[in-house]
Amino acid sequence: MNKDTTLKEKKAGVSRRKALKAFGLGATVAAGAAVASATPGKPSKVDISFDDQMGNYFQDHYKKMTKEEIKEALARLERRYKATYDVDIKVDNMPAQPGVLFGYALNISKCKGYRECVKACTETNNQSRDPEIQFIRVLEMDKGSMNMEEANHYFSDDETVPKPDKWYLPIQCHQCENPPCVKACPVEATWKEPDGITVIDYNWCIGCRMCMNACPYWARRFNWKAPSLPKEDINPVTHYLANRPREKGVVEKCFFCLQKTRKGEMPACQEACPTGARVFGNLLDPNSEIRYVLEHKNIFRLKEDLQTEPKFWYYSD
Amino acid sequence: MGIIHFFTACFKELLKGGAAYWIWVTSLMLLVIQGVVTYAGQLQEGLIKTGMSDQVSWGIYVANFTFLVGMAAAAVMLVIPAYIFHNKDAKRVVILAEGLAVAASLMCMLFVTVDMGRPDRLWHLMPIVGHINFPYSLLTWDVLVLNGYLILNLLIPMYLLYNKYMGKEGNYKLVLTGAVLSMFWAISIHTVTAFLFSSNTARPFWSSALHAPKFLASAFAAGPAFIILSFKVIDMSGAFKIGKKTINLLAIIVTVALQINLLMTGAEFFAEFYSEGAHSASARYLFFGLNGADKLVPWIYSAIAMSLIALVLLMIRQTREHPITLSIACVLVVIGVWIEKGMGFVIPGFIPTPIGEIFEYTPNMHEVQVSLGIWGIGLLVFTALVKAAIPIQNGVLTHSK
Ligand code: SF4
Repeated sequence: MNKDTTLKEKKAGVSRRKALKAFGLGATVAAGAAVASATPGKPSKVDISFDDQMGNYFQDHYKKMTKEEIKEALARLERRYKATYDVDIKVDNMPAQPGVLFGYALNISKCKGYRECVKACTETNNQSRDPEIQFIRVLEMDKGSMNMEEANHYFSDDETVPKPDKWYLPIQCHQCENPPCVKACPVEATWKEPDGITVIDYNWCIGCRMCMNACPYWARRFNWKAPSLPKEDINPVTHYLANRPREKGVVEKCFFCLQKTRKGEMPACQEACPTGARVFGNLLDPNSEIRYVLEHKNIFRLKEDLQTEPKFWYYSD
Repeated sequence: MGIIHFFTACFKELLKGGAAYWIWVTSLMLLVIQGVVTYAGQLQEGLIKTGMSDQVSWGIYVANFTFLVGMAAAAVMLVIPAYIFHNKDAKRVVILAEGLAVAASLMCMLFVTVDMGRPDRLWHLMPIVGHINFPYSLLTWDVLVLNGYLILNLLIPMYLLYNKYMGKEGNYKLVLTGAVLSMFWAISIHTVTAFLFSSNTARPFWSSALHAPKFLASAFAAGPAFIILSFKVIDMSGAFKIGKKTINLLAIIVTVALQINLLMTGAEFFAEFYSEGAHSASARYLFFGLNGADKLVPWIYSAIAMSLIALVLLMIRQTREHPITLSIACVLVVIGVWIEKGMGFVIPGFIPTPIGEIFEYTPNMHEVQVSLGIWGIGLLVFTALVKAAIPIQNGVLTHSK
């Protein structure tokens, strides 16, 4: 929560509610809300109180909510998840820590295409299992070529990787310093946090998909239907801006596991990589491993010419 | 008081009509109803019902939107001569053209709405209550200019008709100001829509500066072509005599715009393929297919063929002035431009994806049905506006009667 958005926005929040009433929208939207708010699970079975449905529908933009409103919103979400999945999910809102700017580097000479990162990501981050949403796409390309149009995006899992004449390039959100997706969003439902991670308020996104068109790394995914997330697959430790279960019709993408990394842990993909190809850390800390890599290795970034300043580097030994 | 009379008189006018009129209205209503029912399914289950995907995240809804922005803007082609140069022929029919602008902008908004993942959150896009990312997001610009354009094109003809109905002389200066404003506005809705695409640096197929002018050219071909066709229908129904001169004027506009459009297509073709690079992948997919994927190829060649045949028909004076060949040419132009700007422009921008995946898209039945429903709404609105406007325009329907 940004400090500078408190008082002024608080007022805006009040006037917003007044204005909604003035427009006479209260009654008409109520019916819509009943349908919409029940989307994460099977609408008919989920029992969500009328107050919660209203609260959910009229919930303000994350950055415009007061501390109390955020607290209410988190509690409301937890109640909703309980009703939907019958699991006690904790929704946190830990802010970005001062003096931290996250960055990632991936060693392409070590990556063998095992795609353990892809699996770990989904297990940690509560993506829909059907249809399956994956944040990381690993490309298999001929050695000596970097033509992505010739890449194999769907090399099969039971094949033995690595194949001798291939190399592998994992791509996920590059957390641009100058993110084109943020610029494109008509309602500011997506923004860059002070620690450099671009997040999405899943409760504010209108699902227009402008951001998906703007992304040079094809990092964004859309919930074409209500996500289906089996109870036993749920990770109950979540963050509002990150891995809490999503809903129908909104966009999502990699958030560098901020529910973990803000607490000093490593992102799931880094932990899962069996070859140690992934280096994650604080770019502002001169003693961090990521800084060492950036200063001593041959590094490059994808599509640097677009000047989005990604905080995701590739390197080789 | 007069205004209430005005609206009730207009409404009563809608209830009068022969068998052909009622068949037309009823079939449109059926079209709308099936569209609404189909859309209800989408509201329930989500956009999964469509043929879109993470790879091709916009489809035929946005394609229709792009095309219709052009139709809306084309009304201006009649506004310019009518109000500024006092062209008598154009003046008589300009209200009908503005009816088209209203119907088209309304359809644009509907197409954007059905494309949204969360239409229940539409209010997030409203000033004050919502939180809009203005001026950075091009979509907010589009919403603003489209709404403005719709209001403008409702107000001007309404003011004119109301005065005519009351037997008063309108304030000419006011109308002229409104007309000039709507001219610039028409160009802006189109330019902003082109920028909506060309602002995506990640998608080289779209990010060409040529798109804004090309959008204008193709709009000024398809828009007047559609207007000619609707004039023919109105003319046949006997409600309103539209002079040969007006039709001729429009046919010439179509011809010139079509020539310019084809010239630009040629220029683009050269730039993409003379020194073909990574930036040309989408164009290659569109015109020749890429790695065996070629679903759009038949679309684009039929569009080009239609434009070329239409151009030949329009450039020969005899066929341009003959009602049947002119109608054929107009139909070809409308369909050709619809394909070119919709399927031929929106879709290839997504193929291949920015990281090289080639994943194709074809609109499915669900999308076609919802789209037809919206077209039904648009045509109903257009019919109603025209139906009420004609008797007033002709002086048949006035306050005194
Ligand atoms: S899909 Fe959501 S996050 Fe993306 S641009 Fe639209 S509103 Fe913003």
